[in-house]
Amino acid sequence: MGVILECCRFLEHTSISVGIRESTWTYPIIESVHVLSLTLFMGLLLLWDLRLLGITLRGFAVSRVWRRLFPWIATGAALMVVSGILLFWSDPVRFYGNIFFRIKFVGLVLALLNALAFHFGIERRLVDWDLAPVTPRAAKFAGGASIVLWALVIIAGRFVAYNWFKPLV
Amino acid sequence: MQLAFAWLEHSWLGTAVNNSQWAFAAIEAGHLLALAMLGGAVLLVDMRMLGLGLKDEPVRKLARAAQPWLIIGLVGMIVTGVPLLASLAESKYYANEAFRLKMYFLGAALLFTFTIRQRVALRDRPSTSVLQTRMIAVTSVLLWSGVGIMGRGIGFY
Repeated sequence: MGVILECCRFLEHTSISVGIRESTWTYPIIESVHVLSLTLFMGLLLLWDLRLLGITLRGFAVSRVWRRLFPWIATGAALMVVSGILLFWSDPVRFYGNIFFRIKFVGLVLALLNALAFHFGIERRLVDWDLAPVTPRAAKFAGGASIVLWALVIIAGRFVAYNWFKPLV
Repeated sequence: MQLAFAWLEHSWLGTAVNNSQWAFAAIEAGHLLALAMLGGAVLLVDMRMLGLGLKDEPVRKLARAAQPWLIIGLVGMIVTGVPLLASLAESKYYANEAFRLKMYFLGAALLFTFTIRQRVALRDRPSTSVLQTRMIAVTSVLLWSGVGIMGRGIGFY
Protein backbone atom coordinates (compact mmCIF):
# COMPACT_ATOMS: atom_id res chain seq x y z
CA MET A 1 0.00 0.00 0.00
CA GLY A 2 2.88 2.35 0.77
CA VAL A 3 4.09 2.07 -2.82
CA ILE A 4 0.71 3.24 -4.19
CA LEU A 5 0.73 6.20 -1.82
CA GLU A 6 4.28 7.09 -2.92
CA CYS A 7 3.14 6.98 -6.57
CA CYS A 8 0.17 9.23 -5.75
CA ARG A 9 2.47 11.69 -3.98
CA PHE A 10 4.76 11.70 -7.01
CA LEU A 11 1.85 12.24 -9.44
CA GLU A 12 0.53 15.06 -7.28
CA HIS A 13 3.66 17.12 -8.01
CA THR A 14 3.74 16.60 -11.78
CA SER A 15 2.94 19.62 -13.94
CA ILE A 16 -0.23 18.01 -15.35
CA SER A 17 -1.61 17.48 -11.86
CA VAL A 18 -0.79 21.01 -10.73
CA GLY A 19 -2.10 22.43 -14.02
CA ILE A 20 -5.53 20.79 -13.74
CA ARG A 21 -5.78 21.62 -10.03
CA GLU A 22 -4.92 25.28 -10.40
CA SER A 23 -6.93 26.10 -13.52
CA THR A 24 -10.47 27.37 -12.97
CA TRP A 25 -12.10 25.62 -15.90
CA THR A 26 -10.00 22.56 -16.74
CA TYR A 27 -11.37 20.37 -13.95
CA PRO A 28 -15.06 21.23 -14.54
CA ILE A 29 -14.67 20.65 -18.29
CA ILE A 30 -12.98 17.25 -17.83
CA GLU A 31 -15.59 16.31 -15.24
CA SER A 32 -18.42 17.27 -17.62
CA VAL A 33 -16.91 15.08 -20.34
CA HIS A 34 -16.67 12.25 -17.78
CA VAL A 35 -20.32 12.57 -16.74
CA LEU A 36 -21.87 13.14 -20.16
CA SER A 37 -19.90 10.29 -21.77
CA LEU A 38 -22.05 8.08 -19.55
CA THR A 39 -24.80 8.40 -22.15
CA LEU A 40 -22.61 6.90 -24.88
CA PHE A 41 -20.81 4.30 -22.79
CA MET A 42 -23.33 3.25 -20.15
CA GLY A 43 -26.41 4.04 -22.23
CA LEU A 44 -25.46 1.78 -25.12
CA LEU A 45 -23.90 -0.85 -22.83
CA LEU A 46 -27.15 -0.93 -20.86
CA LEU A 47 -29.11 -1.67 -24.05
CA TRP A 48 -26.59 -4.40 -24.88
CA ASP A 49 -26.98 -5.92 -21.40
CA LEU A 50 -30.77 -5.79 -21.78
CA ARG A 51 -30.37 -7.62 -25.10
CA LEU A 52 -28.36 -10.33 -23.29
CA LEU A 53 -31.18 -10.56 -20.76
CA GLY A 54 -33.57 -11.01 -23.66
CA ILE A 55 -35.61 -8.00 -22.55
CA THR A 56 -35.14 -5.74 -25.56
CA LEU A 57 -34.04 -5.80 -29.24
CA ARG A 58 -35.22 -9.43 -29.25
CA GLY A 59 -35.60 -9.69 -33.01
CA PHE A 60 -32.05 -8.42 -33.57
CA ALA A 61 -29.20 -10.94 -33.87
CA VAL A 62 -26.96 -10.72 -30.80
CA SER A 63 -23.80 -10.85 -32.91
CA ARG A 64 -24.94 -7.95 -35.09
CA VAL A 65 -26.02 -5.80 -32.15
CA TRP A 66 -22.57 -6.27 -30.65
CA ARG A 67 -20.68 -5.68 -33.89
CA ARG A 68 -22.55 -2.42 -34.53
CA LEU A 69 -22.59 -1.11 -30.96
CA PHE A 70 -19.06 -2.11 -29.98
CA PRO A 71 -17.21 0.78 -31.72
CA TRP A 72 -19.49 3.29 -29.95
CA ILE A 73 -19.31 1.61 -26.56
CA ALA A 74 -15.52 1.48 -26.97
CA THR A 75 -15.44 5.18 -27.89
CA GLY A 76 -17.51 5.98 -24.80
CA ALA A 77 -15.24 3.80 -22.66
CA ALA A 78 -12.14 5.56 -24.03
CA LEU A 79 -13.65 8.97 -23.16
CA MET A 80 -14.52 7.73 -19.66
CA VAL A 81 -11.04 6.30 -19.07
CA VAL A 82 -9.06 9.26 -20.41
CA SER A 83 -11.16 11.86 -18.58
CA GLY A 84 -11.21 9.64 -15.47
CA ILE A 85 -7.43 9.29 -15.39
CA LEU A 86 -7.03 13.07 -15.75
CA LEU A 87 -9.49 13.68 -12.88
CA PHE A 88 -7.58 11.20 -10.70
CA TRP A 89 -4.27 12.76 -11.71
CA SER A 90 -5.41 16.19 -10.54
CA ASP A 91 -5.62 15.07 -6.91
CA PRO A 92 -4.33 11.48 -6.59
CA VAL A 93 -3.75 11.36 -2.84
CA ARG A 94 -7.27 12.57 -2.07
CA PHE A 95 -8.87 10.05 -4.44
CA TYR A 96 -6.70 7.22 -3.17
CA GLY A 97 -7.80 7.98 0.37
CA ASN A 98 -11.50 8.15 -0.54
CA ILE A 99 -13.45 5.02 0.41
CA PHE A 100 -15.93 5.45 -2.44
CA PHE A 101 -13.13 5.74 -4.97
CA ARG A 102 -11.83 2.36 -3.79
CA ILE A 103 -15.32 0.84 -3.98
CA LYS A 104 -15.67 2.23 -7.48
CA PHE A 105 -12.35 0.68 -8.46
CA VAL A 106 -13.37 -2.75 -7.12
CA GLY A 107 -16.68 -2.48 -9.01
CA LEU A 108 -14.76 -1.59 -12.17
CA VAL A 109 -12.48 -4.63 -11.87
CA LEU A 110 -15.46 -6.94 -11.20
CA ALA A 111 -17.37 -5.51 -14.20
CA LEU A 112 -14.36 -6.14 -16.44
CA LEU A 113 -13.95 -9.71 -15.09
CA ASN A 114 -17.64 -10.31 -15.80
CA ALA A 115 -17.15 -9.10 -19.38
CA LEU A 116 -14.12 -11.39 -19.79
CA ALA A 117 -16.03 -14.37 -18.37
CA PHE A 118 -18.78 -13.72 -20.91
CA HIS A 119 -16.27 -13.39 -23.72
CA PHE A 120 -14.46 -16.65 -22.95
CA GLY A 121 -17.64 -18.44 -21.87
CA ILE A 122 -21.08 -18.38 -23.44
CA GLU A 123 -20.05 -15.96 -26.22
CA ARG A 124 -17.96 -18.77 -27.76
CA ARG A 125 -21.17 -20.68 -28.47
CA LEU A 126 -22.95 -17.58 -29.78
CA VAL A 127 -23.85 -19.27 -33.10
CA ASP A 128 -26.18 -21.56 -31.12
CA TRP A 129 -28.22 -18.76 -29.56
CA ASP A 130 -27.66 -15.71 -31.81
CA LEU A 131 -31.36 -15.45 -32.65
CA ALA A 132 -32.83 -17.72 -29.96
CA PRO A 133 -36.12 -16.36 -28.55
CA VAL A 134 -34.75 -16.91 -25.03
CA THR A 135 -31.08 -16.18 -24.29
CA PRO A 136 -29.09 -18.82 -22.32
CA ARG A 137 -28.88 -18.54 -18.56
CA ALA A 138 -25.15 -17.68 -18.67
CA ALA A 139 -25.83 -14.78 -21.05
CA LYS A 140 -28.62 -13.51 -18.79
CA PHE A 141 -26.29 -13.71 -15.81
CA ALA A 142 -23.59 -11.76 -17.68
CA GLY A 143 -26.10 -9.04 -18.68
CA GLY A 144 -27.63 -8.76 -15.22
CA ALA A 145 -24.27 -8.75 -13.43
CA SER A 146 -23.00 -6.08 -15.82
CA ILE A 147 -25.94 -3.77 -15.05
CA VAL A 148 -25.56 -4.24 -11.27
CA LEU A 149 -21.78 -3.77 -11.28
CA TRP A 150 -21.76 -0.71 -13.54
CA ALA A 151 -24.57 0.82 -11.48
CA LEU A 152 -22.35 0.30 -8.42
CA VAL A 153 -19.48 2.03 -10.25
CA ILE A 154 -21.72 5.02 -11.12
CA ILE A 155 -23.20 5.32 -7.61
CA ALA A 156 -19.80 5.00 -5.89
CA GLY A 157 -18.38 7.42 -8.47
CA ARG A 158 -20.96 10.05 -7.56
CA PHE A 159 -20.28 9.56 -3.85
CA VAL A 160 -16.55 10.20 -4.34
CA ALA A 161 -17.45 13.91 -4.32
CA TYR A 162 -18.59 13.74 -0.68
CA ASN A 163 -16.25 13.59 2.29
CA TRP A 164 -18.52 11.89 4.80
CA PHE A 165 -15.70 9.72 6.04
CA LYS A 166 -12.20 10.41 7.26
CA PRO A 167 -9.65 9.93 4.43
CA LEU A 168 -7.95 6.53 4.52
CA VAL A 169 -4.52 8.02 3.85
CA MET B 1 -42.65 32.08 -9.62
CA GLN B 2 -40.32 32.72 -6.70
CA LEU B 3 -43.24 31.92 -4.40
CA ALA B 4 -43.68 28.55 -6.08
CA PHE B 5 -39.97 27.78 -5.65
CA ALA B 6 -40.13 28.83 -2.01
CA TRP B 7 -43.19 26.68 -1.44
CA LEU B 8 -41.43 23.69 -3.03
CA GLU B 9 -38.36 24.10 -0.84
CA HIS B 10 -40.46 24.21 2.31
CA SER B 11 -42.75 21.38 1.24
CA TRP B 12 -42.45 17.95 2.89
CA LEU B 13 -40.38 16.79 -0.08
CA GLY B 14 -37.81 19.56 0.10
CA THR B 15 -37.60 19.28 3.88
CA ALA B 16 -37.21 15.50 3.75
CA VAL B 17 -34.26 15.68 1.35
CA ASN B 18 -32.64 18.46 3.36
CA ASN B 19 -33.03 16.62 6.66
CA SER B 20 -31.09 13.62 5.43
CA GLN B 21 -27.34 13.53 5.02
CA TRP B 22 -27.49 10.90 2.27
CA ALA B 23 -30.68 11.65 0.38
CA PHE B 24 -29.37 14.31 -2.01
CA ALA B 25 -26.31 12.25 -3.01
CA ALA B 26 -28.29 9.03 -3.34
CA ILE B 27 -30.99 10.65 -5.49
CA GLU B 28 -28.28 12.30 -7.57
CA ALA B 29 -26.73 8.88 -8.24
CA GLY B 30 -30.18 7.67 -9.36
CA HIS B 31 -30.40 10.73 -11.63
CA LEU B 32 -27.12 9.61 -13.26
CA LEU B 33 -28.39 6.04 -13.78
CA ALA B 34 -31.51 7.42 -15.44
CA LEU B 35 -29.27 9.68 -17.54
CA ALA B 36 -27.51 6.60 -18.92
CA MET B 37 -30.83 4.94 -19.77
CA LEU B 38 -32.29 8.04 -21.42
CA GLY B 39 -29.05 8.85 -23.25
CA GLY B 40 -28.74 5.31 -24.58
CA ALA B 41 -32.33 5.20 -25.82
CA VAL B 42 -31.99 8.61 -27.52
CA LEU B 43 -28.58 7.89 -29.05
CA LEU B 44 -29.49 4.43 -30.36
CA VAL B 45 -32.22 5.84 -32.61
CA ASP B 46 -30.58 9.18 -33.48
CA MET B 47 -27.39 7.35 -34.48
CA ARG B 48 -29.40 5.00 -36.67
CA MET B 49 -31.09 8.00 -38.33
CA LEU B 50 -27.59 9.29 -39.07
CA GLY B 51 -26.63 5.93 -40.60
CA LEU B 52 -24.52 4.92 -37.57
CA GLY B 53 -24.66 2.09 -35.06
CA LEU B 54 -27.34 -0.56 -35.73
CA LYS B 55 -27.61 0.39 -39.38
CA ASP B 56 -28.73 -3.03 -40.66
CA GLU B 57 -32.12 -2.63 -38.98
CA PRO B 58 -34.98 -0.36 -40.11
CA VAL B 59 -35.29 2.90 -38.13
CA ARG B 60 -38.89 2.11 -37.20
CA LYS B 61 -38.07 -1.27 -35.68
CA LEU B 62 -35.29 0.26 -33.62
CA ALA B 63 -37.37 3.26 -32.54
CA ARG B 64 -40.11 0.89 -31.38
CA ALA B 65 -37.66 -1.17 -29.35
CA ALA B 66 -36.11 1.95 -27.83
CA GLN B 67 -39.38 3.73 -26.97
CA PRO B 68 -40.08 2.00 -23.60
CA TRP B 69 -36.49 2.68 -22.47
CA LEU B 70 -36.80 6.31 -23.52
CA ILE B 71 -39.92 6.59 -21.36
CA ILE B 72 -38.32 4.71 -18.44
CA GLY B 73 -35.25 6.96 -18.67
CA LEU B 74 -37.39 10.10 -18.77
CA VAL B 75 -39.59 9.04 -15.87
CA GLY B 76 -36.45 8.13 -13.90
CA MET B 77 -34.96 11.56 -14.60
CA ILE B 78 -38.13 13.37 -13.49
CA VAL B 79 -38.76 11.22 -10.41
CA THR B 80 -35.18 11.87 -9.21
CA GLY B 81 -34.97 15.41 -10.57
CA VAL B 82 -38.00 16.80 -8.72
CA PRO B 83 -36.74 16.02 -5.17
CA LEU B 84 -33.29 17.40 -6.10
CA LEU B 85 -34.99 20.59 -7.27
CA ALA B 86 -37.27 20.73 -4.24
CA SER B 87 -34.39 20.55 -1.73
CA LEU B 88 -32.80 23.79 -2.92
CA ALA B 89 -35.55 25.29 -5.05
CA GLU B 90 -35.49 28.83 -3.76
CA SER B 91 -32.02 29.06 -2.26
CA LYS B 92 -30.17 27.70 -5.30
CA TYR B 93 -32.12 26.82 -8.43
CA TYR B 94 -34.40 29.86 -8.66
CA ALA B 95 -31.54 32.23 -9.44
CA ASN B 96 -29.35 29.66 -11.22
CA GLU B 97 -28.87 30.62 -14.87
CA ALA B 98 -27.76 27.11 -15.87
CA PHE B 99 -30.87 25.59 -14.30
CA ARG B 100 -33.10 28.01 -16.18
CA LEU B 101 -31.39 27.22 -19.49
CA LYS B 102 -31.62 23.50 -18.71
CA MET B 103 -35.40 23.82 -18.33
CA TYR B 104 -35.66 25.69 -21.66
CA PHE B 105 -33.61 22.97 -23.37
CA LEU B 106 -35.70 20.29 -21.65
CA GLY B 107 -38.96 21.84 -22.85
CA ALA B 108 -37.64 22.13 -26.40
CA ALA B 109 -36.18 18.59 -26.36
CA LEU B 110 -39.43 17.05 -25.09
CA LEU B 111 -41.55 18.96 -27.57
CA PHE B 112 -39.26 18.11 -30.47
CA THR B 113 -38.92 14.44 -29.48
CA PHE B 114 -42.60 13.70 -29.04
CA THR B 115 -43.78 15.60 -32.07
CA ILE B 116 -41.34 15.61 -34.95
CA ARG B 117 -38.65 13.08 -33.97
CA GLN B 118 -40.84 10.21 -32.82
CA ARG B 119 -43.27 10.74 -35.69
CA VAL B 120 -40.47 10.47 -38.24
CA ALA B 121 -38.70 7.59 -36.45
CA LEU B 122 -41.86 5.52 -36.02
CA ARG B 123 -43.42 6.08 -39.46
CA ASP B 124 -44.14 3.07 -41.67
CA ARG B 125 -42.72 4.51 -44.85
CA PRO B 126 -40.03 7.15 -45.29
CA SER B 127 -41.65 10.56 -45.71
CA THR B 128 -38.53 12.69 -45.34
CA SER B 129 -35.35 12.88 -47.40
CA VAL B 130 -32.10 11.44 -46.05
CA LEU B 131 -30.88 14.96 -45.33
CA GLN B 132 -34.06 15.87 -43.44
CA THR B 133 -33.88 12.66 -41.40
CA ARG B 134 -30.26 13.42 -40.50
CA MET B 135 -31.07 17.00 -39.54
CA ILE B 136 -33.84 15.77 -37.23
CA ALA B 137 -31.39 13.36 -35.56
CA VAL B 138 -28.75 16.09 -35.16
CA THR B 139 -31.33 18.49 -33.70
CA SER B 140 -32.42 15.82 -31.21
CA VAL B 141 -28.83 15.12 -30.11
CA LEU B 142 -28.09 18.86 -29.79
CA LEU B 143 -31.23 19.60 -27.75
CA TRP B 144 -30.63 16.70 -25.34
CA SER B 145 -26.93 17.62 -25.09
CA GLY B 146 -28.05 21.11 -24.11
CA VAL B 147 -30.10 19.63 -21.28
CA GLY B 148 -27.15 17.53 -20.10
CA ILE B 149 -24.50 20.26 -20.36
CA MET B 150 -26.67 22.83 -18.59
CA GLY B 151 -27.51 20.21 -15.96
CA ARG B 152 -23.83 19.71 -15.24
CA GLY B 153 -23.41 23.48 -15.35
CA ILE B 154 -25.83 23.99 -12.41
CA GLY B 155 -23.12 22.84 -10.02
CA PHE B 156 -20.57 25.27 -11.41
CA TYR B 157 -22.78 28.32 -11.50
